[in-house]
Amino acid sequence: MPDSRLTGRPKMPQRSVAERIRDFNEVPVGLPEWAAVDEARRCLQCKKPGCMKGCPVEIDIPGFIGLLAQGKFDAAVAKIKEKNSLPAICGRVCPQEEQCENVCVLGKKGQPIAVGYLERFLADYERDKGIGAPEIPTSNGRKVGIIGSGPSGLTCAGDLAKIGYRVTIFEALHAAGGVLVYGIPEFRLPKAIVAQEVNFVKSLGVDLEVSTVIGKTLTLEDLKDDGYEAFFIGSGAGLPHFMNLPGENLNGIYSANEFLTRSNLMKAFRFPQYDTPIKIGRKVAVIGGGNVAMDSARTALRLGAEEVCLIYRRTKKEMPARIEEAERAEEEGINCMILTNPVRFIGNDNKWLRGVECIQMELGEPDESGRRRPVPVPGSEFVIPVDTLVVAIGQGPNPLLLETLPDLQLNRRGYIVIDEETGATSIPGVFAGGDIVTGAATVISAMGAGKKAARSIDHYLLRK
Amino acid sequence: MILFEQEEIIVAKILRKEILTPQIKLMVVHAPRVAHKAKAGQFVILRINEEGERIPLTIADFDPREGTITIIFQEVGKSTMQLGEREEGDDIQDFVGPLGKEIEEKKFGHVVCVGGGVGIAPVYPKARALKMLGNRVTSIIGSRTADLLFWEDMMGSVSDVLYVTTDDGTYGEKGFVTSVVERVLKSEGADLVIAVGPIMMMKMVSLLTKKFNVPTMVSLNPIMVDGTGMCGCCRVTVDHQCKFTCVDGPVFDGHLVDYDELLARQRNYLDEEKRATETWLMKKAEEEVRHAG
Ligand SMILES: Cc1cc2nc3c(=O)[nH]c(=O)nc-3n(C[C@H](O)[C@H](O)[C@H](O)COP(=O)(O)OP(=O)(O)OC[C@H]3O[C@@H](n4cnc5c(N)ncnc54)[C@H](O)[C@@H]3O)c2cc1C
Ligand code: FES
Repeated sequence: MPDSRLTGRPKMPQRSVAERIRDFNEVPVGLPEWAAVDEARRCLQCKKPGCMKGCPVEIDIPGFIGLLAQGKFDAAVAKIKEKNSLPAICGRVCPQEEQCENVCVLGKKGQPIAVGYLERFLADYERDKGIGAPEIPTSNGRKVGIIGSGPSGLTCAGDLAKIGYRVTIFEALHAAGGVLVYGIPEFRLPKAIVAQEVNFVKSLGVDLEVSTVIGKTLTLEDLKDDGYEAFFIGSGAGLPHFMNLPGENLNGIYSANEFLTRSNLMKAFRFPQYDTPIKIGRKVAVIGGGNVAMDSARTALRLGAEEVCLIYRRTKKEMPARIEEAERAEEEGINCMILTNPVRFIGNDNKWLRGVECIQMELGEPDESGRRRPVPVPGSEFVIPVDTLVVAIGQGPNPLLLETLPDLQLNRRGYIVIDEETGATSIPGVFAGGDIVTGAATVISAMGAGKKAARSIDHYLLRK
Repeated sequence: MILFEQEEIIVAKILRKEILTPQIKLMVVHAPRVAHKAKAGQFVILRINEEGERIPLTIADFDPREGTITIIFQEVGKSTMQLGEREEGDDIQDFVGPLGKEIEEKKFGHVVCVGGGVGIAPVYPKARALKMLGNRVTSIIGSRTADLLFWEDMMGSVSDVLYVTTDDGTYGEKGFVTSVVERVLKSEGADLVIAVGPIMMMKMVSLLTKKFNVPTMVSLNPIMVDGTGMCGCCRVTVDHQCKFTCVDGPVFDGHLVDYDELLARQRNYLDEEKRATETWLMKKAEEEVRHAG
């Protein structure tokens, strides 16, 4: 008889392809209670749990799973929340397969515990039940400003408010959430969940000022004059990279940021009920192989494209996207052209995109990232006819705020340099974390950075 | 400090509305933070309601003491028509700025300011700023026909000399602004030309000033989404390089802009805009009928 501990991992129930590609609703539907409890019982409760080390914020994973196995759902949620303030989000978008689940002992011989599914189950349980109003601590009256409302900023704000600081989040866009609202699509992360997390942070007494660009509408100096004593910069890596190839400004070519922002933040998928339009041709190509590329391709499909392909210069093995999401994209019929790299974009007389010329690649020697460097095969150029194209090759730091802070030390690539231990930047009282420090990374690492900075800001202000 | 009195500061209220021409409207909006920081050349982005798009509009005037920003817009599609229906006392849901870079404010000498159509509005604060610094300002404003002309008095008040043209000759000189620009450049020359208006006008003015070797600034208005450098929708080619208008501009060296590309990019959503406008007008008409019945 096979050992159920090794093979019992549940499959995530998800909506059928035919159904889901026609709307923007969430694809995986979550584990039923019995499956979650069964799965939790499979956990070996290791004395020296590897999973905790695999977690960027060191959630007590065996701890919460143990409570879940005993049916103590509320206590289990509380256990997660000791370290992770956004479990409903992380349970959906964390790359568990590279983190906690990757080092689960059970995974060595069979299948690792589905830590992510369990986290999501508990977070959804709590949401369905209705999250009680938190206790609002007495204010110590000291003001802290948070720049950016992505996962790092929201977490930092929440943690500081819980210990009595008067916190205000300043957000450039008209809605809070950062990439969670403008980047990650509804079918992967419902916006109602993000809104709930934002509301929770607000219920702790945090003020949220949207449509306020720090560096333009207000400067850090203005805020200091108004009594702000410390700051956290969590402004993300929002600057889209382009390929700098001929024809890149043709109509029909989007950066992934623009494409996803139109669809997610501006709700172009509900045009004309919502005013912001989006153009979607019959044939769509997406350049890139990460989560952002997958999200763009799957969004294009749902917006009505007949054919969507990914163009990626390495092979599937090197794709940085989450395996689960790459698989779903493939199931949905997205065609992946590997070892292919664009060389120019071809337009018609009215400057509308008609095709992309690509060149075949092969893998050469390993580069500094350890991945084999793709090199072009001479003479292998060919044209793919497309009407819409999304460039999803990565993002950089947005210089808008940074330019106004000449004393802020940046690294070679333009990201903020911090003290790893504290999150402190080169300007006293100014802390930073998330993508603006690490470059495009993950929700959980941004959240962890926000937590760490909150502790350091508290120390800093107590000493001040 | 006035900038931080919460709530009422954050919602932008329309204090005054003026109908400049049948299709061009002016609104004075209470937005103290934006007004406090605004400089000539910058713009705001606003959103009327939850379903609304983010509309970029150049700041036509600002008053830091009163805490107001003046915007002027032409009703060209659903969003601007809907904005035009807003009345004094109404709020604008989102109003963010000032965005973009300001123009260089210094003494150039003789500056020629050219405003075409609704472009007269964004030219005004630039002329005013440069006039205050002691530049000699010659302004040339033009529109298709007399009915579409506005702010002649405002432009006059910040210019040493003002020329007015209409394409059909119903007011001022008959013809295009470019012919006056040429005349001025021939007779007295200029140290700087600033041109704001339809893309074709800015292109023609730039071609002309290139011949005379006069430095030229133009203010571009491509389609935008966020206005903070996050999406690249507003990209233009300037000097063979890709620039983001919302953060690198909106003012650029007129001699280096790829106008043809800009023109094509501005037409990106013509079909959708038409559809949105038609759907909206239809809905309004239906509602009126229902009301009447
Ligand atoms: C399409 C997409 C899919 C992704 N998928 C995943 C995934 O599946 N799993 C995962 O873990 N990670 C994923 N990521 C990465 C993850 O979303 C980011 O690492 C994370 O959101 C970074 O958080 P942050 O707090 O640093 O910044 P962000 O989320 O980028 O938020 C920064 C905020 O700051 C605001 N801001 C910037 N400048 C200013 C200013 N001057 N003044 C005021 N506000 C300002 C911005 O408007 C923005 O709202 C994805 C990213 C994208 C784009
Ligand atoms: S409008 Fe998005 S980058 Fe300029």
